[in-house]
Amino acid sequence: MLIRKPNDIPSSEITPESVYLDRRKFIADATKLTVAGTAGGVLLGRGRDLSGQEGPNQQVDWSQMRSELGEELNPYEHITMHNNYYEFGTGKRDPMRNAQEFQTRPWSISVEGECANPGTLDLEDFIKPSKMEDRIYRLRCVEAWSMVIPWRGFPLKDVIDRAEPNGNAKFVEFTTLYDPDRMPGQRRRVLRWPYVEGLRLDEAMHPLTILVTGVYGRDLPNQNGAPLRLIIPWKYGFKGIKGIVKMRFTERMPRNSWAIATPNEYGFYANVNPEVDHPRWSQAREDRLSDRSFGFIPRRNWIPTRMFNGYGDQVAHLYDGMDLRVNF
Amino acid sequence: MVTVARKRRVLLLKLATWILALSPLGWLVWLTFTRQLGADGVDTLLHRMGDFTLIILLATLAITPLRRLTGWNILIRIRRILGLFGFFYLSLHFFIYVVLDQTLDWEFILEDLTKRPYAVVGFAAWLLLIPLAVTSTRGWVRRLGKRWQKLHKLVYVAVALGLLHFYWQVKADTLWPLVAATVYVVLLTLRLRQRTNSN
Repeated sequence: MLIRKPNDIPSSEITPESVYLDRRKFIADATKLTVAGTAGGVLLGRGRDLSGQEGPNQQVDWSQMRSELGEELNPYEHITMHNNYYEFGTGKRDPMRNAQEFQTRPWSISVEGECANPGTLDLEDFIKPSKMEDRIYRLRCVEAWSMVIPWRGFPLKDVIDRAEPNGNAKFVEFTTLYDPDRMPGQRRRVLRWPYVEGLRLDEAMHPLTILVTGVYGRDLPNQNGAPLRLIIPWKYGFKGIKGIVKMRFTERMPRNSWAIATPNEYGFYANVNPEVDHPRWSQAREDRLSDRSFGFIPRRNWIPTRMFNGYGDQVAHLYDGMDLRVNF
Repeated sequence: MVTVARKRRVLLLKLATWILALSPLGWLVWLTFTRQLGADGVDTLLHRMGDFTLIILLATLAITPLRRLTGWNILIRIRRILGLFGFFYLSLHFFIYVVLDQTLDWEFILEDLTKRPYAVVGFAAWLLLIPLAVTSTRGWVRRLGKRWQKLHKLVYVAVALGLLHFYWQVKADTLWPLVAATVYVVLLTLRLRQRTNSN
């Protein structure tokens, strides 16, 4: 039952093999009803989870994962109560508050463009052929904060292989659901809706790139992009588009939402790069969110930002010969 | 009898102003001690202090137009308190930025205050308000005479810089910076119009 692991990724860079979960998420969720335990209520110091979720799946020894990775996992509360998901509001806690009622079923995903097998699939059918894995990744937001998150998902490459892109396919474009009735943030034109993101085909096929359906061994909470989101760990967080309804293979580079909104601040590639500052702040360091504090007073946990978010050994070759100052 | 009643009214008004102006701080202290600041507590403190600074400074600018519109001359008695509270919140905002946000890392602070326009204008607003806070006492009002009025017009420049700072630091959602700027423009217009009328 051990999960298949891409051979070219040192396990130290993702999840230690010994702590891979070997369960399909629906099996894990069906076997036992668990209650929020240790990590529940970290922010309040009470046994209750403000994010409106059940908390980490207690069948997994998350503390063991923490020690073997060498970097502490962020508690469930951080991951589910500190979100940039403008479809549900622009405040960090707006998505947690506004996405609770969001219905993620039924959900279908259409695959379009330059490929042999286009079509629209129900989410369950879209996911079913792939094997779920738990992977611990660093998440570096372009706003200079970061977390370490145990995602549950599967390689994007799986679905790309099934779609069989043709010779014209150079990029993959992703689109979020557009439904202002269900996504109140879309009633104001903060960004051009629907949210669009894109990857070069080789970036999309890279084994580190995953489609995510869960976190901490549980179904993905709505505020984190349920039912399906993208995670590309060496890129800034905004590349990880949430609530995906469409995938399209294109010949031309897609125009992603943030690059449309502020082209001098956000580019298409958005690789984590400590040497290229955002025009309004430094990218040389990041605040690894933690519960460290001076007594009750919160405190920053500045650490140096690493090139490609520390995944350079696996991905740097994708950008050989490219000027990353121009292609930021 | 009349003066006693008036004195009591002024006292009550001042008391209410103090309570109202300190309540945002009380709220933040409560959130801090109950650990409800969220995953990025420093950001919450920093941004809320900035919000309260602008709200209180705009309220300060509203006093004179409001007094002229309503004829409630008593309002002038709380203008200085409000202005000083605005400066107080701005100083807390700057203090949180230096100590909690930047963790006294002077290299990064210097880079911000010289290279990043939103930080530069915010810092300039704080610098500009220092002489105003210092000369807010009765003694300085007397000493400076007519020049005091001129000097304290600088508050309009400081608030404009503060609004620019607010506008430049948001990522995409410019709603609140624009709301605040609209209030500012209305207040400034009222003030200019009232001055021409009285001339």
